[in-house]
Amino acid sequence: MPTTEELQRISTQVRRDIIRMVNGAASGHPGGSLGVADFMTVLYFGIMQPDHAKFDMNGKNEDLFFLSNGHVCPAWYSVLARYGFFPVTELGTFRKLGSRLQGHPATLEKLPGVRVASGSLGQGLSVSIGAAIAKKMNGDNHLVFTLCGDGELQEGSNWEALMFAPAKKIDKLVAVVDYNGKQIDGPVDKVMPLGNLRAKFEAFGWEVTEMDGNNIAEVVNVLNTVKSRTGKGKPNMIIMHTHMGYGVDFMMDNHEWHGVPPTNEQAAKALNQLQETLGDY
Amino acid sequence: MKEYTNSGSKDTRSGFGEAMHELGKTNPDVVALCADLTGSMKLDAFARDFPERFIEIGIAEANMIGIAAGLTIGGKIPFTGTFANFSTGRVYDQIRQSVAYSNKNVKICASHAGITLGEDGATHQNMEDIGMMKMLPNMTVINPCDFNQTRAATLAVAHYKGPVYLRFGRPKVPNFTPADQKFEIGKALLLSEGRDVSIFATGHLVWKALEACRILEEQGVSSEVINIHTIKPLDEKVVLASVRKTGCAVTAEEHERNGGLGDSIAQLLVRKYPVPVEMVAVDDSFGESGTPEELIKKFGLDTADVISAVKAVLARKKS
Repeated sequence: MPTTEELQRISTQVRRDIIRMVNGAASGHPGGSLGVADFMTVLYFGIMQPDHAKFDMNGKNEDLFFLSNGHVCPAWYSVLARYGFFPVTELGTFRKLGSRLQGHPATLEKLPGVRVASGSLGQGLSVSIGAAIAKKMNGDNHLVFTLCGDGELQEGSNWEALMFAPAKKIDKLVAVVDYNGKQIDGPVDKVMPLGNLRAKFEAFGWEVTEMDGNNIAEVVNVLNTVKSRTGKGKPNMIIMHTHMGYGVDFMMDNHEWHGVPPTNEQAAKALNQLQETLGDY
Repeated sequence: MKEYTNSGSKDTRSGFGEAMHELGKTNPDVVALCADLTGSMKLDAFARDFPERFIEIGIAEANMIGIAAGLTIGGKIPFTGTFANFSTGRVYDQIRQSVAYSNKNVKICASHAGITLGEDGATHQNMEDIGMMKMLPNMTVINPCDFNQTRAATLAVAHYKGPVYLRFGRPKVPNFTPADQKFEIGKALLLSEGRDVSIFATGHLVWKALEACRILEEQGVSSEVINIHTIKPLDEKVVLASVRKTGCAVTAEEHERNGGLGDSIAQLLVRKYPVPVEMVAVDDSFGESGTPEELIKKFGLDTADVISAVKAVLARKKS
């Protein structure tokens, strides 16, 4: 397990990658990607530690991760590449013709690390439940992690899945909501308030934990704690408080950076705030 | 023409249910999912004998499709079960992204397709499903014609790797194909050879096409009847060979003309071998309540309608 400092160095490089990828493609979603960079880094480098050389679609006998809010894939792609799933130089092809790094995650181009397409919202939780059931049927004791957005919870299909998982005791599942409070049209509380999310999840029967998703030490601790709570009859939910655009002062907490790429000038300004720790691609 | 005998009318959905029970015994990876329609889908036996591989989803079809996609990751072969209406339009985006685009080995099994659902009326009579499903890349679309063929098709799709839409129905219809048939996905079946016209039929309308063929023969018309149980991929070779011989075609299906089998055949013929085509299908209309027999008549899907279409296409061929 890497130290907190080592994880911090990786996530800073992941943030640099995000800015450079989105700027290089002149399109993409920097805000949410920057916000989940710490979580993604900890999950792969600290918690799941998958064997990237043995990636296959079935993922038997290993922990799995599914990204439901596919638009934050720059963070995921960077973490996958930095972890070793594919060459980091490939990050430069993001959103370009012929790339395996599609605008939203896809399986067609066979990018190692991705097991289902996502981007159209409200599907990842159901897919994760299915993968967790398959693991149980296969006698595979590993966990399934999934991340979705807070605005994404406005999609009704999530609530079908939220009802199902506790009812059927899908207890090897850890779902995480990226609660940055922002969506395309503005603050989530203005667009369509989620209300008391914790109470809603608990009422549905989930074991709920909250954490600061931009504090690496806390993410490590909470993920380890939640891991120890799996397999006890209830699915686990983490409400992860993050800041959209975390790490870049002029992007932070501003919903306008949901899906707008930085100009060259803005990108340079952003990169000045993010130290190159592992070498740019 | 070759004679076909009804060995006793049965519903095609029961062929599905029987095959699922058999798959439960023979293939440990087969999992059945159902959205609160276990009895209607004839999945009771599977649910009773293989409870550890039967997942009751409740009335939550979007969740069912997502869970099915997830089950394939881990090597399971999920069969989802609900009516055609709730198997397609209701969950089109889930199928599109998590199943078709992701190329997952999910079998979407849809009962109560078409107008012969009957008394429940237009809210439940889906006649757009073939069109919706065949437009999705990676998706195979199958519409067997009777109990025996639905049973054989269900067994066959378990062995095929990739997304499948398997469509069948509610009413009891003549059961005339062999009980021990081998079902080959994508292989059209020549049921009766003829010279004057090719009739391409799918699903419940295959029997109507055979009835029409018999009556037309008495009137001196030699028609070739081909069962297109797999609408996608279409057996282009068999379709073209038949039309090259007869010079005209009639299509017959329990579906909208837009997007159905006729549309697929016409597209092929326009590109490769243009000949007159007439289509027996629903004409841009929703259904309504009634008995299956009444509805088949009212919406122009009966034996008499196949005969009229043959006469119309023969007249066009002559002119």
